[in-house]
Amino acid sequence: MVALDDVTFSLQGGQTLAIFGPNGAGKTTLLKVLAGLIRPDAGRATVAGGRGAIGWIGHQSHLYGHLTVRENLLFWAALYRVPAASRAHRAAEVMQRLGIAQHAERPVWVLSRGLAQRTAIARALIHEPRVLLLDEPFTGLDLAAAAEFRALLSQLRGAGRVVVLATHNVGEGAELATDVAFQRRGRFVYLAPRGGRAPAEIADAYRRALGDAGE
Amino acid sequence: MSLVRKGRLITVIGLGLLAAVYVRALAFTPVEQLQGPAQKIYYLHVPAAIWTETAMILVGLAGIFYLFLKDPRLDRFAAASAEAGTVFAGVVLTTGPIWGKPIWGTWWTWDARLTSMLFLFFLYIGYLLLRGAIEDAALRARYAAVLGICGMCLVPFIHLSVYLFPTLHPQPIVLKPSAPSLPGSMLVTLLLSFGVFTLLYVGFVMQRYALALGREQRDGRNADA
Amino acid sequence: MSDWLSQAWTVARKDLLLEFRTRTAIVSALVFTALVLTVFNFGRDPTAVPTIDLAPTILWVTFTFAAMLTMNRAFQLELENDALEGLLASPLSRTSLYWGKLLANLVFVALVEAVGLPLFVLFFNVPVAAVLLPLVGVIALATLGFVAVGTLFGALVIRTRFAELLLVVILLPFLIPPLAGAVQVTAGLLGGRPLSESAGWLRLLAAYDIAFVTLATLLFPFTVDE
Repeated sequence: MVALDDVTFSLQGGQTLAIFGPNGAGKTTLLKVLAGLIRPDAGRATVAGGRGAIGWIGHQSHLYGHLTVRENLLFWAALYRVPAASRAHRAAEVMQRLGIAQHAERPVWVLSRGLAQRTAIARALIHEPRVLLLDEPFTGLDLAAAAEFRALLSQLRGAGRVVVLATHNVGEGAELATDVAFQRRGRFVYLAPRGGRAPAEIADAYRRALGDAGE
Repeated sequence: MSLVRKGRLITVIGLGLLAAVYVRALAFTPVEQLQGPAQKIYYLHVPAAIWTETAMILVGLAGIFYLFLKDPRLDRFAAASAEAGTVFAGVVLTTGPIWGKPIWGTWWTWDARLTSMLFLFFLYIGYLLLRGAIEDAALRARYAAVLGICGMCLVPFIHLSVYLFPTLHPQPIVLKPSAPSLPGSMLVTLLLSFGVFTLLYVGFVMQRYALALGREQRDGRNADA
Repeated sequence: MSDWLSQAWTVARKDLLLEFRTRTAIVSALVFTALVLTVFNFGRDPTAVPTIDLAPTILWVTFTFAAMLTMNRAFQLELENDALEGLLASPLSRTSLYWGKLLANLVFVALVEAVGLPLFVLFFNVPVAAVLLPLVGVIALATLGFVAVGTLFGALVIRTRFAELLLVVILLPFLIPPLAGAVQVTAGLLGGRPLSESAGWLRLLAAYDIAFVTLATLLFPFTVDE
């Protein structure tokens, strides 16, 4: 069974690629290859700056339940080689930005789902990554939280960042994308710049490309 | 002839020759002065022991190659070799006491060779248990390779520990630094026995390998169906 | 070079912080140690065999079993916190990850031994004062070897059922050389014999440490990378 088949693309700073596809299409596999978690059997994935330049938000929280929010952030900042002198400052900054500063000393396991999610995002941003890989980031977010997250994303898109966002919910995040891809059974059946189209149009194009069965 | 058939044939021939060597050892080889008839276990145990160890080393080598080449055939071979090694170790560990009891008076003795065999047996069991505990084939192959390599590297340490242990008796006669000190006829029996065990090892491995391959193909067909 | 070490220390410090927050593994190991030593005391006839003969064996069996209990938590913890993937996606080198886990495991086992040794001296009335320094040296030497292997194997069993049990089973053959060496040298020390008599065993322990620490470091990346 082939998880990824003949996927080729390159992205420059400032581009945001939204990958839409049903479950099992290989979106997570693709992101994992980009993150360096899986080595492809053929071909190569190169991310300028290597692992240290990537911020990854996936299914797993990557947070240690019994450590506080701050301790978690400081740990990951250290791993991502944020200089020791600036770690505390960066942590404070990112907590402020995500609105979790008042929870800094609480252990992660007591936080609500929404707060934990924001902490996970803070974790991914603390080292100011130039590349953001987001795997189904809207999962479990209510409308308000999703709107907040979209606002955050549109802020992050600037400053020459590359964002790759994968989701099965077509249209979600489409307005943020500069480029759009449809993935099905491991292949990109569509890859094109968004060109100012509205999410509804993208959704239409998606249905046409993948067939109405909407597997 | 299919691999299984060939393997089976070799094993049967091997077993037949084993009986022949057994007869030669008992009837046609002189009795050793110091140890008496008990010493005759030696002809069967030593080659079995050598192959038990060699099988482990082969498991380790196959593991090293697998980690770099990722060829599933290497993993299949490692598994087959491990099973063959386990069988050989088991044989030595059961025939030892059975033969030893009437002659030495005890079921078990912390003899250098038997002790090493026991450790190797546990090593094999652990390896097979790990294999059995992992469902995903690629992961299993990789993890088994890691354990196999560690097992291979443990073998010299087992030897060293057993050698250093103060209370163990019969020291090696053939595989020791100086030249083998066996008279001609005994050496011949030993070498014949070694040849037979080599044959048995090859036969076992071929059969197990073929079985593993057959199982994989059948599973593959079932999955596609 | 020092970056590798500091990254390893970051991982180790996180593990230690987590463990001292929850304390489950370390407390279980300490209680286990005390219990085993107590049971050993009631399981023997004090008039039959002089304590000094059995003492090294009792000490080392206790240490190794308590150690095996603590070693499973190293990678299990990452799996439970859904963090393993995050560690692998970060710039953390695989070697630093292994050494971080090894360091944390060594601290735990050292803690168990630091509590176990005085208890042992207390329960069994064994004269260690004169040989304390070399004894601690032997303990350290033997411990490094089997914890190195145990840490590696901890990564092999994480996704299996009965992981703790499987870890013990695959680890046991690897415990035999360091265990045998440790018991022999300890016996020599407690019996007042000079260390030079146990030179062969000491060499075995040192060789084992060098061989398996190196091997484990080299093999670890294969357990986490595809």
